[in-house]
Amino acid sequence: MSQKESLRSPLGRVAGLGSAKEGAHHWWSQRVSAFALALLGVWFIVSLACLGSFEYSAVTGWIAGPCNATLLSIFIVTLMLHSQLGVQVVIEDYVHGATKTVSIVLSNFIHVVVGTLGVVSVLRIAFGVAA
Amino acid sequence: MAKRDKPLVRPLSPYMQYVNAQTIHTMGFSILHRITGIALSVGSLLLVYWLVSAASGPEGYAEAQAFFACVWVQVAVVGWVFAFSYHFLNGIRHLVWDTGRGFDLKTSRTSGYAVFVAAIVLTAIIVAVFCARVGGTA
Repeated sequence: MSQKESLRSPLGRVAGLGSAKEGAHHWWSQRVSAFALALLGVWFIVSLACLGSFEYSAVTGWIAGPCNATLLSIFIVTLMLHSQLGVQVVIEDYVHGATKTVSIVLSNFIHVVVGTLGVVSVLRIAFGVAA
Repeated sequence: MAKRDKPLVRPLSPYMQYVNAQTIHTMGFSILHRITGIALSVGSLLLVYWLVSAASGPEGYAEAQAFFACVWVQVAVVGWVFAFSYHFLNGIRHLVWDTGRGFDLKTSRTSGYAVFVAAIVLTAIIVAVFCARVGGTA
């Protein structure tokens, strides 16, 4: 696009204002995490079905496997990222003003806390700290 | 910019004036995607609680097992399975849309119904497999 056809205003161009090149970031993150979760979600459900037992030793033994612990940790982190992106959009649609900002920050905090809890639990089992 | 006497009134989402008999179906499927998404967000707390209990040792895990044996929690877990099935399948429908395909009214309505029915079937399959293999819902 030549200078003449540019949609940017002369003032915007001079002041260096405009796109921060992050317009599609939220949208793209949501799609990539969705694709990852589609694979990880199937793995999670099929693994639990194959486990066949929810007894303590069976469950901790499954979680403790290196591949399972890795995939489970990635699953939790991706789940929390995707959930945070989705909840943010819902908040932006229905909540307005200062309450919106507070809600989004609160939602982010909760997602970080819940995600960290999940990953730490998986690692605790994987490293054999749990009795 | 010229000064306005009245503030500019822009249309706000959702655009309710476009709701009619042709769009009501796909709108229902759309809002269900959002509802199941929120349900999965809340339901992920159950998943993390399960992991925390397993990491806390046998006593903690026994408490979680008693919690998941409760009828209402099992109903919630079946609801979570449906939310997962629907959000998973409808998410794939969304990803197909992102490639620019399947946007016309007929296709989007058909795919919407197909996803809804498939989600119920998938829920039934998952619940049946877990009941057969574990002998309980959770």
